[in-house]
Amino acid sequence: MIETDILIIGAGPAGLFTVFEAGLLKMRCHIIDALPQIGGQLSELYPKKPIFDIPGFPSVLAGGLIDNLYEQIKQFKPGFTLNEYAINLTKIEENLFEVTTNKGTVHRAKAIVIAGGLGSFEPKKPLIDEISSFEEKGVNYFVKNPEDYTGKNVVIAGGGDSALDWAIHLSEITSSLTLIHRRNEFRGALDSVEKVRLLKQKGKINLITPAEVTQLHGNETLEAVSVEHEGETKTIKTDYFIPLFGLVPRLGPIANWGLEIERNAVKVDNSTDYSTNIPGIYAVGDINTYPHKMKLILCGFHEAAMACQSIYQRLNPNKKFVLKYTTVSGIDGFDGTRKEAEKQVVASID
Amino acid sequence: MKNEIIITVKDLKGKHHILHCPTDMGFTLKDMCVAYELPMEAVCGGMAMCATCHCYILNDIIGIPQKNDAETALLSEVMTTTANSRLACQIPLTNEMNGLYIEIASE
Ligand SMILES: Cc1cc2nc3c(=O)[nH]c(=O)nc-3n(C[C@H](O)[C@H](O)[C@H](O)COP(=O)(O)OP(=O)(O)OC[C@H]3O[C@@H](n4cnc5c(N)ncnc54)[C@H](O)[C@@H]3O)c2cc1C
Ligand code: FES
Repeated sequence: MIETDILIIGAGPAGLFTVFEAGLLKMRCHIIDALPQIGGQLSELYPKKPIFDIPGFPSVLAGGLIDNLYEQIKQFKPGFTLNEYAINLTKIEENLFEVTTNKGTVHRAKAIVIAGGLGSFEPKKPLIDEISSFEEKGVNYFVKNPEDYTGKNVVIAGGGDSALDWAIHLSEITSSLTLIHRRNEFRGALDSVEKVRLLKQKGKINLITPAEVTQLHGNETLEAVSVEHEGETKTIKTDYFIPLFGLVPRLGPIANWGLEIERNAVKVDNSTDYSTNIPGIYAVGDINTYPHKMKLILCGFHEAAMACQSIYQRLNPNKKFVLKYTTVSGIDGFDGTRKEAEKQVVASID
Repeated sequence: MKNEIIITVKDLKGKHHILHCPTDMGFTLKDMCVAYELPMEAVCGGMAMCATCHCYILNDIIGIPQKNDAETALLSEVMTTTANSRLACQIPLTNEMNGLYIEIASE
């Protein structure tokens, strides 16, 4: 069982910055995210695109902002449970909650911060009748461990960046790699398209366009797929089929936790501390709603700071919350490091 | 009114909504559907990346711009695409579009 002070659900910018604000108040954090990487929408949807409205950064790449946020919080040694969905949330007693994931990992914390953004990202599935019976038995919607595909026959379907990027990456280790797309044109970064073209010429990628996977075959596990190409259907033997048609966010299990939900978002009290209707549970970032809510990264940062000071006061009712400036008091990490401004000297100049 | 057009939107339940849309603010069809809190997710914020602003154009209206490459490519990957499919985020509103009638597509 994982135990911590604050359990954060969602590793987007709001969740990550919560670790920093909590750390300043000496509270430890653990983060759960359904995706295999941190960064939420910024890493999943637009890592290579610039953002222009982060205060102090005239322009910053979304992926770069996440790298910087991680750099900023790492001294507070947050724990991570990645690639797992938070499914159940129960209150054990006052100031003690338990959260379980789809893989059965149990977390206990004194307070919960939900920073779930638009919800957990779920894959768009192709309309093939028998697909659900082959899930995890040859059909994968994410590439979690590339090594699993070493020496295997793999079919990837899709026409966007992730289909291109994984085709390039996996073609180095698979026994055969087939890339199938409904159109001749791909939507992606120019250099990825160019790389796939080269790999096709070298015979490393078997490219079939315009084509579609229409049927899956196999007994226990996947053995082959049927591909419709220019009016003909042919069967390709394969160990894996990876459809990469993008992800859609779903509020999912969060809707069943007894929280007040309004228009697919968690209602919070924005006049004070972004607390939900359940004391001890807070919601920050895109997942929350209140009058005049703006789904912006900078709003999530503010909400995280407010929620953390409220949690501090809940957990330390006898201590007074004193606002400190990081410049003046410095910051002490849980890893023993200290950051502080250079001390002033008092000296005469001869 | 000058620089305001009326658009009718049929939602997933078949309910009709009348939208009064300014044409001089640089809004797209998606922006107005979101502003009226219609069930259009528009997850990627209008970057032709998610197709959650997919809609069907139900009447013949001139002045709707042609699809660009990104829109054509993304729509081709959507299972429910038909000949009158469009991405609402790729349609900036102009005065010629007065009277437009659309339906929000299911996923
Ligand atoms: C294309 C695009 C451009 C944008 N440009 C800007 C911009 O210029 N400026 C700006 O301020 N904002 C911009 N935004 C919006 C910005 O990305 C969001 O406001 C921001 O990502 C919200 O951060 P968050 O931490 O609240 O949630 P998210 O980034 O959505 O992260 C939430 C995380 O929670 C996880 N999660 C949810 N539920 C669960 C669960 N049950 N179990 C486990 N994990 C869960 C999800 O997997 C996800 O990783 C843009 C958005 C898009 C799509
Ligand atoms: S809003 Fe994402 S494609 Fe239009």
